[in-house]
Amino acid sequence: MTELSSFRQSDMAKGLVESIKRHALKEARYMEFCGSHTVAVMRNGLRQLLPKTLTLTSGPGCPVCVTDNSELDKAIALAQVPDVIITSFGDMIRVPGSHSNLQEAKANGSDVRVVYSPLDALQIARTNPYKSVIFIAVGFETTAPTVAASILQAKQEGLNNYYILSLHKVCPPVIKALLDSGEVNLQGLICPGHVSAVIGAKAWDFIAKDYGIPCVVAGFEPLDILQCIDMLAQQTAKGEARVEIAYKRSVTHNGNITAQRILEQVFQPAAASWRGMGDVPGSGLKLRPEFSAYDAELKFDFDPGPTKIQKGCICGEVLRGVKIPTECKLFRKVCTPLNPIGPCMVSSEGSCAAYYHYGESNDR
Amino acid sequence: MTDRILLAHGSGGSLSHDIVNEGILSVLGNPILNKLDDSAVFDAKGKIAFTTDSHVVQPLFFPGGDIGKLSVCGTVNDLSVMGATPLYLSLALIIEEGLPIADLKNVINSIKEAAEEAGVKIVTGDTKVVNRGNADKLFINTAGIGIIADGINISGHNARPGNKIILSGTIGDHGIAVLSKREGIGFETKLQSDSAPLNKMIAEMIQVSNKINCMRDPTRGGLSSTLNEIAGQSGVSIRIDEDKIPVRREVAAACEMLGLDPLYIANEGKVVVVVEAEDADKILEQMKKNKYGQNAAIIGEVTEKHAARVTLKTALGTSRIVDMLVGEPLPRIC
Amino acid sequence: MCVAVPSLITALDGSDAVVDIGGISRKTSLMLTPEAKIGDYVLIHAGYAISIVDREEAEATLELFRELADGIEPEELIS
Ligand code: SF4
Repeated sequence: MTELSSFRQSDMAKGLVESIKRHALKEARYMEFCGSHTVAVMRNGLRQLLPKTLTLTSGPGCPVCVTDNSELDKAIALAQVPDVIITSFGDMIRVPGSHSNLQEAKANGSDVRVVYSPLDALQIARTNPYKSVIFIAVGFETTAPTVAASILQAKQEGLNNYYILSLHKVCPPVIKALLDSGEVNLQGLICPGHVSAVIGAKAWDFIAKDYGIPCVVAGFEPLDILQCIDMLAQQTAKGEARVEIAYKRSVTHNGNITAQRILEQVFQPAAASWRGMGDVPGSGLKLRPEFSAYDAELKFDFDPGPTKIQKGCICGEVLRGVKIPTECKLFRKVCTPLNPIGPCMVSSEGSCAAYYHYGESNDR
Repeated sequence: MTDRILLAHGSGGSLSHDIVNEGILSVLGNPILNKLDDSAVFDAKGKIAFTTDSHVVQPLFFPGGDIGKLSVCGTVNDLSVMGATPLYLSLALIIEEGLPIADLKNVINSIKEAAEEAGVKIVTGDTKVVNRGNADKLFINTAGIGIIADGINISGHNARPGNKIILSGTIGDHGIAVLSKREGIGFETKLQSDSAPLNKMIAEMIQVSNKINCMRDPTRGGLSSTLNEIAGQSGVSIRIDEDKIPVRREVAAACEMLGLDPLYIANEGKVVVVVEAEDADKILEQMKKNKYGQNAAIIGEVTEKHAARVTLKTALGTSRIVDMLVGEPLPRIC
Repeated sequence: MCVAVPSLITALDGSDAVVDIGGISRKTSLMLTPEAKIGDYVLIHAGYAISIVDREEAEATLELFRELADGIEPEELIS
């Protein structure tokens, strides 16, 4: 059944591509909100298969890229606190803050460790009882419940040296902000598959209803994405705007209720600042007062210093889908994955990194 | 007697003698090494290849090998891919105080086994012990000398348009096997590192064909970085076929889970061979007869379009650029 | 965003489970999918199962793709 490769078979791709060609007669611009979609599109060269009528634009759906300098500065400042172990997903390690990044903090003597899961961070807390273990909690609704679950676990075990720095963000408010800005003209939205697995496809109903934009939730295999584009093209052709799911094996209308409950039990909505989008009300998550004992920001004394913005970096516009990376003057010349100026270059799913690695020729 | 390495073991005094005599010489000894003069002295005729490599790996022991085996195979392979017959190796150990002596013994034993398999001798060496915290358990440097027979000219500069690219087997085995044992990432797998001395297989290949233009072992940085190096040095472009690249199911799955790409994962017992098209099948046949080349495959060819680029034909028939690795591949969640 | 892979649950102990992902195994937590059982496929993200994969839907989708592919000449995708 879901052998990993089943959704990659090239003979089946042909059928989908033909179907897209039949339906995509009108010009349309679709945004893949999610960075993993951007990467899957580039890695598999999917643009080369699409008819000229269709344009794909990348959106702000990369939790690393949208993490603001001020937020990174907090993580880096926390790393300087004595007897602290910073645990982080690999994604965040090289992302530049105002002055430095976690990798440099490590080189300067901080204890910074890459983990695959908050479960691994909990384990590090258990085996280092005399240290404070801080997990840098980034991610959207997919990741936030896993972090919430880790806090419930810590509480249950009475583990009192585990903390998080919540940089979590939620997706619907930022899509709304993006659409309200009127900067991008979209005929369809490729909705994030794994966010939707948690919050349900229903979370996108307002986009179809209020903005008249077709929404299709997609998985991450090439065939999933092609199917999604085909479904969007069909809606465009018929002039419809509905929410559909091209990833039914993992996503339902209502999502994962348990995960939503755990997320709400531990976190409450808060304002958050997004790189390139600024403050978006209700788009962040912070720990509820009952769980404030786990909040690294409250527990530790640290000074992130003043925030500085990298000059010339147009990550913000790239994230909003207004510009493409090659329009940035620094792209490839000054800004490379080895010397990333903005997070869009460092995150492997950042648009700039995707363009850098997989070639601009891929773009259309 | 202590069961850990102490600073005194590196002092040059009697404890140092213990490690050198009992721990190392008794295992690795041979007439040249046993003399214990300040330099190894031996005869060598012909064109000489000379290389060095330092080895640091965390953890020291991993499925399918350890730092000792790596340090021998790495140097043997670096010599072999130049078409040289590896003969002699040096061995320098930098040991962090506190390393269990049993660990050191195990490492020395693997060095012995790997050297025996490759048919090379350790002819000179050095041991230093540093304070706790000044090294991570054990670092090993090896240098090696090999002889290149007349008429052999193998180099990263020699790839020409029309040449075929052969890969000796599955990619990513070493990197994923090591990663599976890292703190914070751990998963269980039967996968083993591919660490192996390739000199015998390469010698067999050179026997059947003199049309091998360049060879390289895709270690850190993975297949993609090696291909980019060859493309850069030779000023050519390379096109490979995603479907043809052998990847074990476990490696594919681990990469999927950790958000990594097998093309960028390290190997320690693989070789990329660029050959004249007419001899490609013959060389491939020969490689498949060796246990380290069973899964060998022709994965692509050298093209001339766009100098110094590596492109990949995806399973869908589209194409994309394959870049060098930048930074260490880190597991990611997004 | 959000790398997640389909994995087969092979052992269960309370909310801790062991999953197989194409030949590798890893501990995972079922706190977010308490109804998952041995033999189910779940999507693993950051060490937690975030949803149960619906096999029937997976088959149905593949079937749909096969139908679309039927009758198409196996020529190259990019002409
Ligand atoms: S190329 Fe670099 S500097 Fe330019 S927008 Fe992207 S990340 Fe910022």
